[in-house]
Formats: sequence, C-alpha cells, structure tokens
Amino acid sequence: MPTEPQTTQPAQRAAGGGGWDDLVLAALKRNDVRLVTYVPDRVLTPLIAKIHADPFFTAFATTREEEAIGIIAGAWMGGMRGTLLMQTSGFATLANVLASLVVPSQIPAIMFVSERGTLGEFNLGQALVCRTMRPVLDSLAMEHRTVTRLDELDFIVDRSIKQAVATQAPVALILSPLLTGGKVFKSEAASA
Amino acid sequence: MSKSAANPSRQAAVGAQASGNAKVMNRYELTCRLVGKLQNGEAVIGGIGNTNFDLWAAGQRPENYYMLGSMGLACPIALGVAIAQPKRRVFALEGDGSLLMQLGCLSTIAARAPKNLAIVVFDNGVYQITGAQPTPAAGVADIVAIARASGIAVSAWAADEDDFDRLIAAALTAEAPSLIAVRIDTKPAVGATDRDPVQIRERFMRGIGVR
Repeated sequence: MPTEPQTTQPAQRAAGGGGWDDLVLAALKRNDVRLVTYVPDRVLTPLIAKIHADPFFTAFATTREEEAIGIIAGAWMGGMRGTLLMQTSGFATLANVLASLVVPSQIPAIMFVSERGTLGEFNLGQALVCRTMRPVLDSLAMEHRTVTRLDELDFIVDRSIKQAVATQAPVALILSPLLTGGKVFKSEAASA
Repeated sequence: MSKSAANPSRQAAVGAQASGNAKVMNRYELTCRLVGKLQNGEAVIGGIGNTNFDLWAAGQRPENYYMLGSMGLACPIALGVAIAQPKRRVFALEGDGSLLMQLGCLSTIAARAPKNLAIVVFDNGVYQITGAQPTPAAGVADIVAIARASGIAVSAWAADEDDFDRLIAAALTAEAPSLIAVRIDTKPAVGATDRDPVQIRERFMRGIGVR
C-alpha cells in the first residue's frame, strides 16, 4: 500500500519561473531579514534549502519552535531581524511564548507557517491542531495572513514584514496548500 | 568513576556526586560577583523568577534584560543577542528548573558555537518561587554532564566563590561557548523586577546600542 506522504509540486509558478519559495526568499532579503530559524517541514524543504545556499542568511534548525522564538527575539533586540519557519503543529506549541514574551514586549517576530490540516489532510492530528491556530492568533489580536495565490504573495509578505517592523508587532504568514501544493498521500499524488 | 562502575545501581548518581562536591552558595552574592566583573558592556539575560530578580537587585545595568515570562528561554534569547552582536559578550543566567524546560537549546548553542556566549545555571534543585517543590532532576541528573553531552565542552561546576570568579574570568575571554553551574541555597531573591516588559526591552536595546 503506497501510504507514504509526499509533497506535490508547487501548485503555482509565476511566468518567470519563480515559485513561492523564491518569492519568500526575495522578500526576506529585501527586508533585511537575515536570521532564519526553522523546525523542518516537508513543504518548506525547498525554501530551507535555498536559504541555506544563500550566504546572505544565517540559517539553522532549532529543537523547538519556542526556542526559535527566543532566538529571533534576542536577535531583534540585538539589531538583527529574524524569522521562524514551521508547520501548523509547531505553531500550536507557541501560545505561551507569544503571550508572555512576543506580544507584551512588542517584538516583531516574523513567522511563516506551512499550513497542514486542511485541503486534503490525511493525518487526523494535523487536522485537529490546525483548528487551534487562527483562534490563538485572533485571541492575541495578532496580525496574520493566509497566502493562497502566487500573484499576491510578494505584496502580502513584503507589506506584512514592513508592518511588523514599523508597528513592533508579530505577524504570522500562513502558506496555504493552495499556494504550496501541500502534502498528500503518494497514491493521490500519483493519480493527480 | 571506578566507584560507580563497581556499583551499577549508583551510576545515575555520578553527576550528582560531581555537583555534590560544589559548595552551596547564594544566587544574589554570585550575581553581584558576576556583575562586578563586567567592564565591556556585556549583555546579561536574566531568566524568569528569582534569577532576574537578583540580577535587578545587583544593579540595574542598561545591558541587562529581565524576563517576565517564557520560562526556559534565557539561553535562546542570549543566543539571539550573541548572533546579532558577535563582538559583545553575552551571559545567560538561568535557573535549573527553567533550563530543564528547554534542554534542546544546549545542543543548538553547541552547534552554533558562538564564541561570545556564556551560560550560568543556578541550581538549587527546586522550583523555589512556587514553593520549593523539587524538580524531577533533583538528585538524579547533573546539569554539567547534560551540557557536556549536549556538546558544550566547556562546562563546569563552580566549586566555591573563588572558583566561580575564575570561571567567569575565563568566560570573558573564551573562544567557545561555556556553561558554569553553581549550587545555590533556596533563599528568595533580594529584590523584584519592575514588571514593564516594553520598558525593559526598550532600555535593553538602548543599552546595547540598537536604539
């Protein structure tokens, strides 16, 4: 039984060939976001690889998403902009650090969340944890945007980073399967 | 070591024996000793609870950051500052209970190997601020052994106050991240930090030249 999950090809690609990962990378560079922390996610793999290949960035994995938030908070206080790449279940571990450090201290933590748990999810746990994400963001009155279209990605990401820095507030940029292709069963991917 | 090898049932206590050789000291006194040695604008991140309360009481340097929440993140925050400002020495002050919540950060620090980061762990074996309940690690785990096994090779128990001074002096010129663990008593902090997170963050940023 082919039940191993795999990532489909990025759902959308611009005429120039730049995929969502290229556009996110370009927006980070344009906004001088040099420190990239992450807890890996299958969908984020091409973005992580391209960031590691670019000497502009200081990039590394952390053991927990919460740890990464501490690191980018410290880096920002030290004058260096940082971001955290994670998946939905990783975001679910962040309620305490957002409520007790990032929001009350007014730290522009820039977060990218690869959205699992919707639009064809095969893992019940992911589907359930996904439902906690937006209520947590809303309950803390945090800015968050779900990116579904390649033609809107640069505008949303670029403007959201600028707003986070200018207003000293965190932002979560949720990368929808509509944008990235998400993650599905291999059998489904094969027949797609 | 031969003693533990002869008695396998006691192997888990090897670390505890190592820390058991260290004198039980006082957090406020040691924090004052540390602060007294800082001459070059070193940043200090004080972990939640009594750790940052005593840092506050030891003199409110503008290069100090006081944590009011996010238990366990003193070392990650210090790592972020150390990455952003590689020419500035950064100290993380953390309690044993706090560090136990985020042990993975020791491996992250070891992997990044910032030359300008040092960690001081105040170990009294209890969650002092909530009523002195023992931590799960008390008496069975050894912070220094954990740090070394996590990849922070320069990790040591301070035997006494003079040894603490010596280890801090070494950390001030070290070429690798280091961890200094100290056994402390269960006395409460001498002071209490003003709870204004924006003011604390803003003052810290001015103190380390970002504002």
